[in-house]
Amino acid sequence: MTVDVNKTDGPDATPPAGPEAIKAIPVRHPGRYVSAAVALALLGSVLYAFAQGNINWDAIPDYFFDDRIIDGVWNTLLLTVLSMVIGIVGGILLAVMRLSKNPVTSSIAWFYIWFFRGTPVLVQLFVWFNLGLVFEYINLGPIYKDYWSSFMTPLLTALLGLGLNEAAYMAEICRAGLLSVDEGQSEASHALGMSHTKTLRRIVIPQAMRVIVPPTGNEVINMLKTTSLVSAVQFADLFKEAQDIGQNAGSTVEMYFLAAAWYLIMTSILSVGQYYVERYYARGSSHSLPPTPLQRVKAAVLPTRRPKGVSA
Amino acid sequence: MTQPSHPMVKAEGVHKSFGAVEVLKGIDLQVNSGEVFCLIGPSGSGKSTFLRCINHLEKINAGRLYVDGELVGYRQKGDKLYELKDSEVALKRRDIGMVFQRFNLFPHMTAVENVMEAPVQVKGQNRGQARERAKELLARVGLGDKAGNYPSQLSGGQQQRVAIARALAMDPKLMLFDEPTSALDPELVGDVLDVMRDLAESGMTMVVVTHEMGFAREVGDSLVFMDDGVVVESGNPRDVLTNPQHERTQAFLSKVL
Repeated sequence: MTVDVNKTDGPDATPPAGPEAIKAIPVRHPGRYVSAAVALALLGSVLYAFAQGNINWDAIPDYFFDDRIIDGVWNTLLLTVLSMVIGIVGGILLAVMRLSKNPVTSSIAWFYIWFFRGTPVLVQLFVWFNLGLVFEYINLGPIYKDYWSSFMTPLLTALLGLGLNEAAYMAEICRAGLLSVDEGQSEASHALGMSHTKTLRRIVIPQAMRVIVPPTGNEVINMLKTTSLVSAVQFADLFKEAQDIGQNAGSTVEMYFLAAAWYLIMTSILSVGQYYVERYYARGSSHSLPPTPLQRVKAAVLPTRRPKGVSA
Repeated sequence: MTQPSHPMVKAEGVHKSFGAVEVLKGIDLQVNSGEVFCLIGPSGSGKSTFLRCINHLEKINAGRLYVDGELVGYRQKGDKLYELKDSEVALKRRDIGMVFQRFNLFPHMTAVENVMEAPVQVKGQNRGQARERAKELLARVGLGDKAGNYPSQLSGGQQQRVAIARALAMDPKLMLFDEPTSALDPELVGDVLDVMRDLAESGMTMVVVTHEMGFAREVGDSLVFMDDGVVVESGNPRDVLTNPQHERTQAFLSKVL
């Protein structure tokens, strides 16, 4: 960027007027070339090993859009969404309980979080699955009565196991978010005559969301992967379908790769969604937000009216 | 405009402790309707705490505190006091505007949304009308062109003026100012004081905790010097500031003037 201001009038303004630009020989980094070569060689050998291995790669495209796989994908997504809904609603409830002045409710919330966060989710899933050993029937009076084993479908087991476990984690995330909002905010709101509920809903929670959303996005992505555990309680998610196909078609490992590819696709899409949700809740927090990738592409294509940064 | 009228705020032996620390040790004072009442004193003297007691952000431990003739935070029946419900406290706070040292604007709302929030949420005003009114108020504090800005896009002085407009939107009969210019750069203080001066001229009853002695002298109708949780000296601001009687007042004023 050495623009010569004084001599731009002539078309051949070659001799620079300012001090001569430094032309030094840069420091060499031979170590970087060596480490790059080693890393590439290791990567290559791993790829070679897989290519040489006894894996029938053609089986993956054959089954990629198989009906059973697509069903499994939908079931995995459904389970992720429903479990997260249970987790978020339960988490908000538990967070408010923990922050309440009532010692009974706050202790119950503490105990819940202690228990569900302290035991493995796989163990919890099996406990729900086998609760028929404790309760032979489920009896809700005149509303509903059935054998526990037929009441506790794989979907319900999976939802309870994952959702209730998630609520414990979401509770801590929500609590941190609520505590992150400056006390002056609720004071100002109360001073205006707003009630506790209105203060929470209109003033505190929208600001807490900025702290709550990023870890919640992580939780969603985590949940999507954790749903693979529910194949253990016979729920037909992506992993179970892939496993079943693999065992019948004699291509076990291939189907694991296929499942991994589907999980990667889904988590990648979720990451993009998370990016935009975070932007929404960051409004008002900084003078201007960096442009989104889409806006950057537009800016590059249409250089004439390039935005200087999108105002919040 | 400032007819000698009934007391807007009346304190009788107000005590307040935080744990073992006694912050207010028996405050007696009276703020008349239409008056600009200034509270000065060293930090830690309890003046901000007293201000926060007036709209029940802090609960007093002893004494009686009245706003517009009614007890703050309690209802008296016979010789028994009953605590007010949260909703009843909120109802009383509608009539008392408060401006904070740290502005406390809602950062996720634009200036105009900050101002219209309480009229819409608390008084149930129609959004369109509330927005019009909010714009008028912003124009009144000299920020008619900043309605769409978020607080982070405003200077400290502008934020404080939005905060004043936000408090005025509830049509309060009493305004409390808690060191409104202490967090501002010196060159921004004047704009905020100008707005407060206009407000005083319009007849608003104002209780102002401040370190701006010039403002107290020019605009104030009464002044109280507090130290260590008690009222040391009170009277006309011009008298107290130019001719303090008590040695603690003299020592304080010699440092700040």
